[in-house]
Amino acid sequence: MSPMEKHLKVSAIKDGTVLDHIPANQLFKVIDILGLSKITNQITFGTNLDSKLLGKKAIIKIADKFFEDNDINRIALIAPQAKINIIHDFQVVEKKVLSVPSTIKGIAKCMNPACITNHQDVETSFATISDSPELKLLCKYCEKVTDEKNLKIISNN
Amino acid sequence: MSKHLISIHDFSKEEILKVLSLASKFEERKSDPIFSDKVVASLFFEPSTRTRLSFETAANRLGARIIGFSDAVNTSVTKGETLKDTIKMVSNYADLIIIRHPLEGSARYASEVSSVPVINAGDGANQHPSQTLLDLYSILKTQGRLDNLNINIVGDLKYGRTVHSLMQAMSHFKPHFRFTAPKELRMPEEYKEQLKINGIPFDESERLEDGIENMDIVYMTRVQRERFTDAIEYERVKNVYSLKNEMLDFAKPNMKILHPLPRINEIHQDVDNSNHAYYFEQAGNGVYTRMAIIKMLLDKIDI
Ligand SMILES: [Zn+2]
Repeated sequence: MSPMEKHLKVSAIKDGTVLDHIPANQLFKVIDILGLSKITNQITFGTNLDSKLLGKKAIIKIADKFFEDNDINRIALIAPQAKINIIHDFQVVEKKVLSVPSTIKGIAKCMNPACITNHQDVETSFATISDSPELKLLCKYCEKVTDEKNLKIISNN
Repeated sequence: MSKHLISIHDFSKEEILKVLSLASKFEERKSDPIFSDKVVASLFFEPSTRTRLSFETAANRLGARIIGFSDAVNTSVTKGETLKDTIKMVSNYADLIIIRHPLEGSARYASEVSSVPVINAGDGANQHPSQTLLDLYSILKTQGRLDNLNINIVGDLKYGRTVHSLMQAMSHFKPHFRFTAPKELRMPEEYKEQLKINGIPFDESERLEDGIENMDIVYMTRVQRERFTDAIEYERVKNVYSLKNEMLDFAKPNMKILHPLPRINEIHQDVDNSNHAYYFEQAGNGVYTRMAIIKMLLDKIDI
């Protein structure tokens, strides 16, 4: 693919944030977690793009939107390799690497079926006790660990 | 300062020692009606007669009045009231809430929505911190110390909530553990890993009779039928992990046998008259320990 072709796949933005290297199958969860369906900014998506690293990747470009680290780090749970590029005047002025936040509220479901958060309207809350090689989250309520292979994301919709 | 008693993990070594020392003061005095102007709510969303009577005795000995229920069957909870609404309402009536609830994490959640202190009297398979504190009180009282003890924990080490909390709380005091369990119910790897990280020595065995001689404490627990898929295996295990008087011949004179009760046949009745039997006194210690906990929370003692 020529650089020109690649460029055309997802149009450039003047100012804003580009989220690249999102696993294609996580795109809609990322949209969900960042609440992108509820904002009025101009957003362009591309998905099922070829990626050496991920096989198929997705990319999101959000015009005139800059995230707080705390907010953007929430997607580290499902797209840890994502690259965040901050754009000013069509130029990448900053690249951010995600890190899993030390506490996670909402987003993830506790894997313990007897946990109060799975029975009543209680927002989940976890402490991150390990982020690599495997993500491990300790539930503030039932004190059980939810690991990466059992991680389920709560949908906002 | 702890405002609530939810999990033994919230307690440092110093805080544990302060509760135990307060408990021993209450043991000397038995009754001390310092809270005759207070109302304590005892909310048992599932029945647990033993725990409820112990807490209510403790509150009574402190002079407090008790409101509440012993089982959720005839309450608005069965009509679908959320835990949040029940706690919000009751925290307007009472000065302290004692809660027993089948869902794990329910007590932590109750403490977040309550305007008064909350005591966790058991949240499903998760925590039962007053049991752990009374176990520690019993160990301290019978051994004169908590440090450097040999403790054999016997029975269901896989699912036993009491066992895990006791092990974690005792880990402040340089114990040497022995874990005696059938292979189906062995201590989970994550807990053993934690002990290794903290440099606490332990060994594991399937034979109860080998684990008596050098021990200061033998902590027996119930092996429950529902943990076994194979009924024959359950019968075998139940009979192997039964402590009999004849097994105590070479026990150290100071060795005490503890059990959170109720027992099935983990401890044979012929042990009851032995000097080593301590499980009934242990239950009695629960009242002093719970008096200490209630006082600490109602007085907002800086522990
Ligand atoms: Zn949980």
